[in-house]
Amino acid sequence: MATTTASVPTEAPAYDNQDSTGTSQPAAQSPRIAALKAAFPLTVPICMGFLFLGASYGMLMGTKGFSFVWPMCMSAFIFAGSMEFVTVNLLLSAFNPIAAFLLALMVNARHLFYGLSMLGPFKGLGWKRPYLIFGMCDETFAINSSARIPHGVDRGWFYLWVTLFNQSYWVIGATIGGLIGSHLDFNTDGLEFVLTALFLVIFLDQWLGGKHRERLSAVIGVLASLACLVLFGADDFMIPSLIAMLVLFMVLRPYLDTLKSDAAAGDDTAANVCNNDDRPVATAAADAKEERQS
Amino acid sequence: MTMTIWQGVLTVVAVVIGTMLTRFLPFIVFPESKQPPRLVEYLGSVLPYAMTGLLVVYSLRNTPILTGSHGVPELIACATIVLLHCWKRNMLLSIAGGTIVYMLLVQLVF
Repeated sequence: MATTTASVPTEAPAYDNQDSTGTSQPAAQSPRIAALKAAFPLTVPICMGFLFLGASYGMLMGTKGFSFVWPMCMSAFIFAGSMEFVTVNLLLSAFNPIAAFLLALMVNARHLFYGLSMLGPFKGLGWKRPYLIFGMCDETFAINSSARIPHGVDRGWFYLWVTLFNQSYWVIGATIGGLIGSHLDFNTDGLEFVLTALFLVIFLDQWLGGKHRERLSAVIGVLASLACLVLFGADDFMIPSLIAMLVLFMVLRPYLDTLKSDAAAGDDTAANVCNNDDRPVATAAADAKEERQS
Repeated sequence: MTMTIWQGVLTVVAVVIGTMLTRFLPFIVFPESKQPPRLVEYLGSVLPYAMTGLLVVYSLRNTPILTGSHGVPELIACATIVLLHCWKRNMLLSIAGGTIVYMLLVQLVF
């Protein structure tokens, strides 16, 4: 539907300037170390959450009679928390790999939207890119998609460290859990809340740092999923929520699509060029005006 | 385990393939050598905000509203996080504060 190329220049400054500036600066330390220092603090809460949840998962498998090799390999290769808990039950029921495959698609359908969000940021990252995609669990996506990477820090290495740290925490937690089985006496009730807290804090950061477009997007995410949670229940609301969000974003596109109005704001003739897909000139001009005011 | 080792390994492999398909599919359909359609760029610019909202709801989805503690510990802990974060804007402080409040509430009060 959008065949125009007028929007190309607007996308470039968002992502593409960091690699070049990063290397041209008088770097006192290698880009790897600088990125590590920027990335590690953001993963500390995930460390607590993943060591704990990973260990619970490993212990669960231990109590079901699996060797620690199972949680170790499953946490390394599946690396999608909720799906690993589901897989424990699959392993204990009748052999049906097709059903397991389809269930994994359903449970993890939200990753499709993570991918769409990271098409731009992961562009041009070479050998790091496949691993970044492989390791993009909820928490890694939440950090990588929301972090304001400091100026001069290499974006590829930043993403890589976040992904690698998070996966290490999970695999280490699951392996330790598998090794100790069920011999833990520390009262950890409620520790799992650390991951809820992480998502809420990232949500607040996005909210406080956003303008009305970002806030409206956030509200759509919350309301669509809350409505689907009430309608479909805790086990089945994910896919309806994703569909509801998609529909709402299509309907609200004239109000939310600022890339288009940025281009229009820059040049009045550009407004006409951008506009040949699906809306009248007046709307685009109005959006552009609104953008300039805000 | 009722299945053999190899059946178990195959089940895990099926789950890995399903999971990885959901992660790689957008990058396969819209390769980096080509400019993605404007619609996809638009979705990529608004979805991160919506997905964080969805993850907040997702992580609270099993909160018992009508039974048990009626979600009061979750509500108090979330309110603590919002207040702490608006006050100090320190990610670690907000997360640690909220989690400690929640643990104290579920272990000692409710």
